[in-house]
Amino acid sequence: MKMNKLVFPLVIALAATLASTGCKKGTPKTTIIPGRNQQIVGGETGPGTLPSGQPIDNGNGPGFNDKPGSLSTAGLDMFDGMIKDPAALAAYTVHFDFDSATVKKGEESNISAVASALASNAGDKLLIEGNCDERGTEEYNRSLGERRALALREALAKAGVDPSRVRTISYGKDKPADSGHDEAAWAKNRRGDFILLHPKAGV
Amino acid sequence: MKKLILNFLTIGLVAVALHGAHAQDIQIVSTINVLGQTKPIPVSLDGFTGEAAEVLKFDLFVQGFSFVAPDAAQYQISGSSAGDVSGRVTDKFAKKVVLSRSYNGASVRRQAHAFADDIVQTIQNKKGIGQTKIAFKSQSASGNGEIFVADFDGYNKQSITSDNAIVAKPAWVPGKLAVYYTSYARGNPDIFYHSLSGGQRRVVAGYSGLNTSAAVSPDGAKVAMILSKAGSPNVWVCNADGTNLKRLTTGLEDSSPTWSNDGQWICFATKIAERRRLAKVSASGGPVKTLNTAGVSNPTEPDWSPDGKWIAFTRQARDFDICVMPVDGSLPPTVLVAGQNPSWAPNSRTLVFNHEIGHRQVLSVLDVFTKQYKDCLRANGSNSQPAWAK
Repeated sequence: MKMNKLVFPLVIALAATLASTGCKKGTPKTTIIPGRNQQIVGGETGPGTLPSGQPIDNGNGPGFNDKPGSLSTAGLDMFDGMIKDPAALAAYTVHFDFDSATVKKGEESNISAVASALASNAGDKLLIEGNCDERGTEEYNRSLGERRALALREALAKAGVDPSRVRTISYGKDKPADSGHDEAAWAKNRRGDFILLHPKAGV
Repeated sequence: MKKLILNFLTIGLVAVALHGAHAQDIQIVSTINVLGQTKPIPVSLDGFTGEAAEVLKFDLFVQGFSFVAPDAAQYQISGSSAGDVSGRVTDKFAKKVVLSRSYNGASVRRQAHAFADDIVQTIQNKKGIGQTKIAFKSQSASGNGEIFVADFDGYNKQSITSDNAIVAKPAWVPGKLAVYYTSYARGNPDIFYHSLSGGQRRVVAGYSGLNTSAAVSPDGAKVAMILSKAGSPNVWVCNADGTNLKRLTTGLEDSSPTWSNDGQWICFATKIAERRRLAKVSASGGPVKTLNTAGVSNPTEPDWSPDGKWIAFTRQARDFDICVMPVDGSLPPTVLVAGQNPSWAPNSRTLVFNHEIGHRQVLSVLDVFTKQYKDCLRANGSNSQPAWAK
């Protein structure tokens, strides 16, 4: 009797151990992994090869036809089909200090040169490309580059340019002017480039 | 700060004292999880060869295990990978087999990942990350690139775009085969939604100026992002399809929004008085609260852990380093390893990030508690901005 009392729980414990580990010598529990396809998350199973992105349905985005406001950047649709002329204003690229979006005093001549180019060609518009050196994280630099482009747009507005003629784009650190990794290269890369936009032919 | 760490240590010592200096109590101490200082769980690995051995070593190493001789191991892992993978785990101190399983189908590689997950579940009582996916950006010297999806260790990579455009910041929809990312394919940085099962994609934010850094809410219903349409790069939030757009911040320069696990908060990088700071704002709007990152300069790229406890981010001193801090502010940030762009695994202890080797970015996987990390298989070009599927 006493013996039974001791042995019984032991048997139960042993059985529980076997059940929980699935351990019966020689025949371990088998996990079947279906197909070659990797389960990603949430129970969805992907195809063997993921399909490449299909063409983008232009203009389908809810915010695509954004209209410009006094503070807002100009609507993208206003620039559709315009022809880029990167050479026209290449001499007036503005450079920035490290981690700064302040347009320096010394850059005033570049700003007024760009302003007068726009003043003398009423049909032209402007694209400002903001860029950064590689010292800054990627998305931080994408915001900093945009702020640089926006600061230049503000400076141009003060010089009399209608902001609705100006579009901004930030490339962050993805489009360095100089691929070097020293201060000389960095100084060249902290910049705002001006791209003159001509109306499309026949307009 | 010192007092807190002492308290942590005290808890560990008391635990050891209470149980006697029995070797199994090493496990109790290691579960305290002091960032970067936790001792890995020593295991031995016998009988596996080639790819199966590599997978097991990689998966276990980045989840806090170390490999030692059988007599020094807390758990002995043995088995075979001839044909299919089969293996068993013996708890050396309890003197019992705690896991015995064989695998069938797919590939040896996937079988080994599945076994690694079962080992982690058995020993750590946590879901393993062996069968999870990442998305990332791969960029050529021209600056253009594509978005890729791969196993978390970089294997089985596939490009999901073929636009040859600048791309940025992929983000998964939780529990779905779908990502958001930024692409300059239309000549402007726009945010796309991309279904990975069908390949359909849609512009979610194509406003004038900057549209980038999509981050999907834990329930998948909302997207936070950076837009500059109102005149400065700020945090905005909208429905998953881009409708119901709302501006959340008005500072000079914001970047990299990330959601809290409960969907209540959005943490982001900002600039206050020309200093880089981390801050948070309620997802429904309200005042911006700066986070205390004292002792760490130039924080950016926050990523909130799925368990809600941690925020990983990048600091910039001379170079970039991965840091982690508890959300509750109970400890200051811990600087872990050189790198950028941290993204949490579903287990809230492993991060994928990128670090520089010879002016190119390489993906790497880091266990934040033991500070053990390993590089992923490299794709061509520079690989960065990894996002872990959750």
